[in-house]
Amino acid sequence: MAEQLTGAEALIRSLEYEGVEVVFGMPGGAILPAYDPLLGSSIRHVLARHEQGAGHMASGYAHATGRVGVAVVTSGPAATNVLTALQDAYMDSVPMVVISGQVATTAIGNDAFQEAHTWGMSMPATKHNELVTSADEIPDLIREAFHLASTGRKGPVLIDIPKDVLVSTMTWHRPGEVRLPGYRPAVKGHPRQVKAAVDLIERAERPVLYVGGGVVAAGATDELQQFADLINVPMVTTLMARGAFPDSHPLNLGMPGMHGNYTATTALQRADLLITLGARFDDRITGDAKQFAPEAKVIHVDVDPAEIGKIRFADVPIVGDAKIILQELIAQTDRRGLQPNREAWFAAIDEWQATYPLAYEQDPDGPIQQQYVIEELQRLTGGDATIVAGVGQHQMWASQYWRFEEPRRWINSGGLGTMGYAVPAAIGAKAGMPDDVVFAIDGDGCFQMTGSELITAAVESIPIKVAVMNNASLGMVKQWQNLFYEGRLSQTELSPSVPDFVKFAEACGCVGLRADRPSEVAGVIEQALAINDRPVLVEFTCDPEAMVFPMVPAGGSNENIIMSREDLA
Amino acid sequence: MKHVIAVIVENKPGVLARVSSMFARRGFNIHSLTVGPTEDDAMSRMTVVVDGPEMEQIIKQLYKLVHTVKVTEFEPGTAIEREIMLVRVNADAKRRGEILDAARVWEARAVDVGVATITFEVTGPPERLADFLQLMNTYGVVSLAKSGRIALARDQKSGKKQLKSA
Repeated sequence: MAEQLTGAEALIRSLEYEGVEVVFGMPGGAILPAYDPLLGSSIRHVLARHEQGAGHMASGYAHATGRVGVAVVTSGPAATNVLTALQDAYMDSVPMVVISGQVATTAIGNDAFQEAHTWGMSMPATKHNELVTSADEIPDLIREAFHLASTGRKGPVLIDIPKDVLVSTMTWHRPGEVRLPGYRPAVKGHPRQVKAAVDLIERAERPVLYVGGGVVAAGATDELQQFADLINVPMVTTLMARGAFPDSHPLNLGMPGMHGNYTATTALQRADLLITLGARFDDRITGDAKQFAPEAKVIHVDVDPAEIGKIRFADVPIVGDAKIILQELIAQTDRRGLQPNREAWFAAIDEWQATYPLAYEQDPDGPIQQQYVIEELQRLTGGDATIVAGVGQHQMWASQYWRFEEPRRWINSGGLGTMGYAVPAAIGAKAGMPDDVVFAIDGDGCFQMTGSELITAAVESIPIKVAVMNNASLGMVKQWQNLFYEGRLSQTELSPSVPDFVKFAEACGCVGLRADRPSEVAGVIEQALAINDRPVLVEFTCDPEAMVFPMVPAGGSNENIIMSREDLA
Repeated sequence: MKHVIAVIVENKPGVLARVSSMFARRGFNIHSLTVGPTEDDAMSRMTVVVDGPEMEQIIKQLYKLVHTVKVTEFEPGTAIEREIMLVRVNADAKRRGEILDAARVWEARAVDVGVATITFEVTGPPERLADFLQLMNTYGVVSLAKSGRIALARDQKSGKKQLKSA
């Protein structure tokens, strides 16, 4: 029974043991031994064109499926390339395991070829990381990595494996129970705090459910809907929580914050109680935190105790898993059958919604507005698509205008704001959910960072669709220069014609389409939706002057929402 | 205000780097940090003296490190705190006797005597070291080395009143 395996074989078998179906990566010197047993494995390998892309693919896969995404890269430059994806996943609590090759243990510290101090560099960018020192450790360390990535507050874990460890032999053993004496994520909420939360909810006149990405991560969206209906409290869904609750539900006010809609931002601001679920009072939500929601008491439910009280004092802190705590809250509320009267609160919200809706105008003869593309995309897909965004104006418009009905159908880089996220993340999402329509909505600036991954999509037969909103600008940065630097545009204007995105797509083995006028938008979307055997890129020539509103300037108070250009005069 | 915390961590390679990296990343200031073994080979004890006021966040962030097993903040007076200091002072022949007399009162041990300096070793609670240092400053301190603080919670069960000097 004592089966002798190489470290590399043990690694691949350990990944199989975790149920890994696909890994995203790129081979190289130090990780080479691991690529040999991969040939005989059930695990699919998607060959990325850049390790950052491999990392974002793993992230997109994790977002779409809820399972751990895996990337495999070599040492040195490959490991530094994947760091961006690690930090991105760390900020957004995405469960990921990255395996990196390392130079041989005897060479570590000697500035060997393709050596980088991956363990040290990735430490602050991961939930946990380990440098493997013996092949014997591999089964347990891989088990531990998946356990850490997928429990508690989820996040990325990096396992760095030196080449000599990969080629040395070990006696195969199944991983044992995870033994981490310092790792005990809380699950159940403290009963007294749950009771205290219900007490506050019972008394609140202007409560708001402030829902963050943690609810999606916890798979708690059914419980959220049940709880919201039970207590009949309006809700805001942050950028990371779009889709956690149906946008069609009247209680859902949509996204709050810097580019949130007026009603969502103002409801938070005027609330007397924030029922915070898996959200972390990010500066893009609160604006100036000192002036945020000044009259609100705070119930803060989070699986990570360090989030509670980090930015905002919590009157009722509840540490635990959002799904279980919502069940506990529902049980408590059920028993009491509370029916507070909040007519005035709902009337105020109705009035804000009527007075300050999201608005844009599409001049049929003018340039294409990105909001229009998003609405047409929604109409023509019937909303049945996974939307993956980059970072910037297009991302904000996608979050504002797409009507999300289900969780895990909205994938974007929230915390880190990683331009270039969309294309690789869409590939990962599509690899995990091959039957879903996956539509990346990207900007021309973002696309140029990682667009080469279209080659991956084409060669690996992962038929994603990409809408490139070409406004020939780094649009959001340009918007800030227009608003806060007197329109002095410094390095924010890109070429409107270079690259030729259609030709670029074709050169990458994809279909390239373009719409220059509003009247062409629906047609190209229909064409794109009809092609399912290859990836498709659709370029939309968009208005380079458009700005995202509403807007609360960075560091400003959420009392002062800029609704449109006219507000600035 | 300075706070003293004991951090029990798994005795694994790199654990000090994990802790110090977290402090650096979160912008917490370390006044002193010592690491050493404990009664359990699998664990190490760090004693960290930090400048408040973010104690709650510091403790929570320490707990987030997977290899952190237990974090204890010592309320003032609830721990035995010790530090060791080596201090070299100017001591020419004229003042040598006077300095040695003063040091005797403080139970400072002269561990090295040179032509123009004496080096003392002092062990004790941080306040005592500070007081001795202040005194030595009047003679002129040439160089100074401090170990950083170590601390153990007092045994509450013993019920004995602790000596003030301890």
